[in-house]
Amino acid sequence: MDGTILLFLLQDGITNGAIYALLGIALVLVFAVTRVIFIPQGEFVAFGALTYALLESGRLPGTVWLLVGFGVAAFVFDLVALRRSGFTPARLTSAAIVDLVIPGLLAAATWSIAGMGLGNVVHFALTVALITPLGPLLYKIAYRPIADASVLTLLIASVGVHLALVGLGLVFFGAEGLRAPAVSDLMLTVGPLIVTAQSIAVYVVTAIAILALWLFFERTLWGKALRATAVNGLGARLVGIRTAFSGTLAFALAASVGALSGILVAPMTTIYYDTGFLIGLKGFVAAIIGGLASHPLTAPAALAVGTVESLAAFFASDMKEIVVFSLILPVLVWRSLTATHVEEED
Amino acid sequence: MSDVLLELDDVTVAYGKVQAVRGVSLAVRAGEIVTVIGANGAGKSTLLNATMGALPAAGAARFAGADLARLGVEDRVALGLCLVPERRELFSTMTVEDNLVLGGFRVPRAESRRILAEVYERFPRLRERRDQTAGTMSGGERQMLAMGRALMSRPKLLMLDEPSLGLAPRIVADIFRIIADLRATGVAILLVEQNARAALAAADHAHVMELGEVIASGPAADLARDERIVQSYLGIH
Repeated sequence: MDGTILLFLLQDGITNGAIYALLGIALVLVFAVTRVIFIPQGEFVAFGALTYALLESGRLPGTVWLLVGFGVAAFVFDLVALRRSGFTPARLTSAAIVDLVIPGLLAAATWSIAGMGLGNVVHFALTVALITPLGPLLYKIAYRPIADASVLTLLIASVGVHLALVGLGLVFFGAEGLRAPAVSDLMLTVGPLIVTAQSIAVYVVTAIAILALWLFFERTLWGKALRATAVNGLGARLVGIRTAFSGTLAFALAASVGALSGILVAPMTTIYYDTGFLIGLKGFVAAIIGGLASHPLTAPAALAVGTVESLAAFFASDMKEIVVFSLILPVLVWRSLTATHVEEED
Repeated sequence: MSDVLLELDDVTVAYGKVQAVRGVSLAVRAGEIVTVIGANGAGKSTLLNATMGALPAAGAARFAGADLARLGVEDRVALGLCLVPERRELFSTMTVEDNLVLGGFRVPRAESRRILAEVYERFPRLRERRDQTAGTMSGGERQMLAMGRALMSRPKLLMLDEPSLGLAPRIVADIFRIIADLRATGVAILLVEQNARAALAAADHAHVMELGEVIASGPAADLARDERIVQSYLGIH
């Protein structure tokens, strides 16, 4: 192996690592706020990628039906919840808008736009707009009714949601793998390296997304409210921040970040309805290294995961996944030796 | 008694089969300080937590004309009920200012900015430490921050759970001075304290709890002279 190959591998690793960083940050965010270990994050990536690829090829993505179906299911859950807390016209209207009207409008818009060939910027925005509401709707259906359950119960629910979403993915997207065209065919030559426009797009979009999230958490009241919920759930409720509000917001952010990762990854590899799981797990490795608690630590950890993966693919391609997932072991050993026992908040 | 702010009627709170609070009734009028004193484990904190909605309770509770039965903690905050819990429950890794700003989460932005200035006026120490993280502050400062954060929500009734617990005597005096000042602004206070002497001195009305039940009630000044109360609760201090 010479220096050029090493550079290629590093470049490849950093590109993948950037996407794992987005995933890891979303996982940390959801866990810190809701204590949910969100295994289905990978499904948002796969659905985002498939939605974008279908729009780019001029077809109507199955996401439209998925979104409307989720909306109807969430509305039923809202009716049940309202029956317990009391019906008021205002509550009923807001539930109907969030669950039925918004998904309906998005579906109608997509239906009328799809096939017009409006270009990748429109498709990018439309994909994020279609995937983002899936997060809060999923939270409403699967997690909000058991928000006070233990971390283990929530994890089991996550496994269930993951399996359900993979099944729904097969129904709504089919078994066929898809790949989107790259944002541009441009290539830059930097010394021995060829940098594609796609990998530049990955770096730029990831950097912007991380910066935007940072600004959101540091500068806005809603962002601070999410951090407050993560630091002290009871304290947050005592100042009037609703558990459901934080959960909804965290899941919306996670879904939009997932959609973003999916759009970025779609031109780089063929995505199937069930590809999300493996991608999500690698983001999970980064999140574990970050202790499921630290955003700043998760991003470099994700870059390391991407780099190790690309080196492993070169030296021992059969063992690639094993090497990547083995990264967790030393971290867990180190954590169990150094960390003080953390009691689960009840 | 038209200006009754909080009215608890026959409130019972149970942890499983153990009744921590049994049939407690009490009222707090606007602008009044009411204290609940009693030994450790008498059910005082449980009563406050249930009133806030953090624990399920049986019995009737009304606040500012609204039935609290179906309202969660967050809705009670929006009505003007606010609890400063015994463990303060601050956002320890966030700055003092962020803690305060979040206290006004349900308050319109401009109003929140105005109240923040008032809170800094009342607690100059918090202004000095505005960029420090809450977890690095001393016990007294944390109590002040917890009270400041509570005031940010524009409460009509402030419930304080053991505000003097674990604080040096000089700081305890500060805290009780602040409680007296707060009453002057029209905020009603429901104060739970083991430091019965200081609590009775500050309060208008008092209730004594023992094993989950109220065993004596009356004007604080009368209870402070009551032979039995003095022997049981004031003798030690």
